[in-house]
Amino acid sequence: MQIKPILAALRRHRLATLLIAVEIALACAVLCNACFLVARRWTMIQINSGVDESSLAVLTVNGFDPKLSADVNARMLTGLRAIPGVQSATLISEVPFGPQTGAAGVTHEPGDFKNLIGVVDFVLAGPGTFKALGLKLVEGRLPQPDDYRPATSFLPDYAQVLVTRQWAEHAWPGENPLGKSFWCDKMHFRVMGVVDHYARAQPGQYDLGQGEWTVFTPVVPGGSLSGTYLLRARPQDVQRVLQAARAAVQKIAPDVVLDQDNSKTLNDLRANYFKSDRIMIGLLLGVVVLMLGVTALGIVGLTSFWVAQRRKQIGIRRAIGATRGDILRYFQTENFLIVTFGIALGMLLAFGLNAVLMRFYELPHLPLPYLPVGALALWGLGQLAVLGPALRAAAVPPVVATRSV
Amino acid sequence: MFGYYFNLALRSLKRNRTLTLLMVLAIAVGIGACMTTLTVVHLLSGDPLPGKSSVLFFPQVDPENPVVGGATEPRPAMDYRSAMDLWSAHRADRQAIITSSPVKVRLPDSSQPPLMPSMLSTSADFFPMFDVPFQYGSGWSADDDAHHARVAVISADLNQKLFGGANSVGRILRVRDADMRIVGVLKPWRPSPLFYDPWSQNFSKSEDVFAPFTSSMEINKGNFQAYTCWHVPPSMGDLQNADCVWVWLWVELDSPAKVRDYARFVDDYANTQKSLGRFAVGSEHARLRDLMAWLTYRGQVPGDVRLQAWLASAFLAICLFNAVGLLLAKFLRRSGEIGVRRALGASRGAIFAQCLVEAGLIGLLGGFFGWLLTLVGLWLVRHQPVDYAHLAHLDAAMFTVTFVLAVGTSLLAGLIPALRASRVVPAWQLKAL
Repeated sequence: MQIKPILAALRRHRLATLLIAVEIALACAVLCNACFLVARRWTMIQINSGVDESSLAVLTVNGFDPKLSADVNARMLTGLRAIPGVQSATLISEVPFGPQTGAAGVTHEPGDFKNLIGVVDFVLAGPGTFKALGLKLVEGRLPQPDDYRPATSFLPDYAQVLVTRQWAEHAWPGENPLGKSFWCDKMHFRVMGVVDHYARAQPGQYDLGQGEWTVFTPVVPGGSLSGTYLLRARPQDVQRVLQAARAAVQKIAPDVVLDQDNSKTLNDLRANYFKSDRIMIGLLLGVVVLMLGVTALGIVGLTSFWVAQRRKQIGIRRAIGATRGDILRYFQTENFLIVTFGIALGMLLAFGLNAVLMRFYELPHLPLPYLPVGALALWGLGQLAVLGPALRAAAVPPVVATRSV
Repeated sequence: MFGYYFNLALRSLKRNRTLTLLMVLAIAVGIGACMTTLTVVHLLSGDPLPGKSSVLFFPQVDPENPVVGGATEPRPAMDYRSAMDLWSAHRADRQAIITSSPVKVRLPDSSQPPLMPSMLSTSADFFPMFDVPFQYGSGWSADDDAHHARVAVISADLNQKLFGGANSVGRILRVRDADMRIVGVLKPWRPSPLFYDPWSQNFSKSEDVFAPFTSSMEINKGNFQAYTCWHVPPSMGDLQNADCVWVWLWVELDSPAKVRDYARFVDDYANTQKSLGRFAVGSEHARLRDLMAWLTYRGQVPGDVRLQAWLASAFLAICLFNAVGLLLAKFLRRSGEIGVRRALGASRGAIFAQCLVEAGLIGLLGGFFGWLLTLVGLWLVRHQPVDYAHLAHLDAAMFTVTFVLAVGTSLLAGLIPALRASRVVPAWQLKAL
């Protein structure tokens, strides 16, 4: 295949060539960035919460006097455990994808928050909660009965805690986290164990690598640890058990208010939490598909025009010996050249668009692998779009050369 | 002449229906996507209090000591003491001190289960300052603020729930353990965005119970929530003496001179507190933004919505390039016809005008279908689980913009192809015939 005559022909149609190339460049830039955004959101909604979501539900009540919290807890736990199908009912302060209650900055030294290691979620949990959640311990030990300490204000003054691997690797990179200390103001925490995965309440509000900065804190029920109950049941029973529990609140404790919005199964909480991300993914993919469709239409339209315009020349080429394959390949090569030019332009644009997005959103640089993938997609699209008109061109009979019009 | 060109354009469009349909469709989809997202952005960045927003100001100082992580802007709220100091100085035409907290509400002697709405604790000026509409009764007085009066204003929604929508002024509401007399019932009121609350979800509902700041401090003691703290408070929810930000202030200043004076007052306050050692930073972190400046700073349009608008604009640009390419093909295909017209005496301008009329017609058709697609798009937005869904309606301004954008886009798209077409050399075309 000779490229020179194709280039010569394209030079005669500089404007049209440029238009298609710019269109492809724009498509390439949007495609790479949209796919990048989709991939990030997809990673976010796939976050491993570390807990047995399908077996768990959470029930929240409020509106009681803090002085009566021990009494409310006792009544609620007894009442909830009596519901048929409940495997366990325990106290917890927050669950993944529920409202956040215990975010705080922590430091390596006691005192003020000047040199933050980061902001973690402190999950206060009563006896039995670790087992109910189904967290996987990878190092260290489980909380023993005397590890549960009273929380006088928001956290206990001192506690042995379990942290996630993600947090341990951030706070003590390359070191054994067991026995390490960290502080929140004047409150002291020591790591007794590491869990594999455990998502914080609102992982979407933090960077991708901070969704599991969770500190599991064993606390004696009462005080700040009251009103939110973790229910565990067999997956097929969870929904029914939760309904029964919601209905039972009125009878168990008539003086409290059931928090309707935050008493749900963990599956529902998760689905709800990522709803807008899923919509956004759908929207981004929809726009990408539409955009590629419009680009393909543009290629079809312009190539069809060229084929019609060059009918006579095609006839002449056929008459002097070009095969159908030659004509077909001519248009395919022409398209390949235009698309390549467009892609080259598109790569620059993609980085430009990425720079704009980075200014407005907390996004990292566009990873390089997106570019060749985007290029391949557009080459494929171009070849697919050009096939129809090119076949029509190949079908032009040599006899056309002898006709005057 | 226009009528004739219009006729020609119609004929030309009819001649190649598929191509026409493709062009109209591409423009319609581009316009639809672009207008849906632009409408949402337009609605979300609207002025919640037109005519009043320029005299409302949000004073800020930075009580955080030490300042964490090199922050260059103050937090969106203050500690109790700073807010109280600024409010009780009464240096503005009107001033409202505000915080919000969840509270248990029920009717005395009622079997209805208690509710847990959020309560806005504020002062008398709140209602006239923000033009809050009343269905029954009115707000409370500055005297009520001073005397810690047990009075409350409730929302239309709560009035519907508790009293079936009847006039409940004078009735008693049990707020946590206190009995409060209802003095006013609001008309349905949902400012969008919820501008006065600096850390609510931007487009969430407003509060259900409004009570004097002074009395609600007593009533809901222990249930207040901090935005952030720089020392862990001795007991959670008891924030009056804690190193936490949780209270804020809005002021009304009717003249530029007063704005300058008030800004100086806030600066002086911050500097004084710094010299007393209570603040780490003084007037460098003191701000006095007006309502719209505050909303802009806060970024009232959600990130996802802005992203969608970017995406839709890029999409429209692609549709535009596509239309240019297709129109070019379409016009140049008729080179022979144009050559004959030129030979018979049509000027370049006439050919140019004729081509533009055709492009404009395509734009008009595209605009019409784009408008339909925008309506579909907004309908979809209304059915999304987002808190601004209720806002998504096409107003007259955006309706006009749709058509202007569609016709403008296609005229722009038609410009280069029409120029090209008008430069067709008649002799060549005639020879080819």
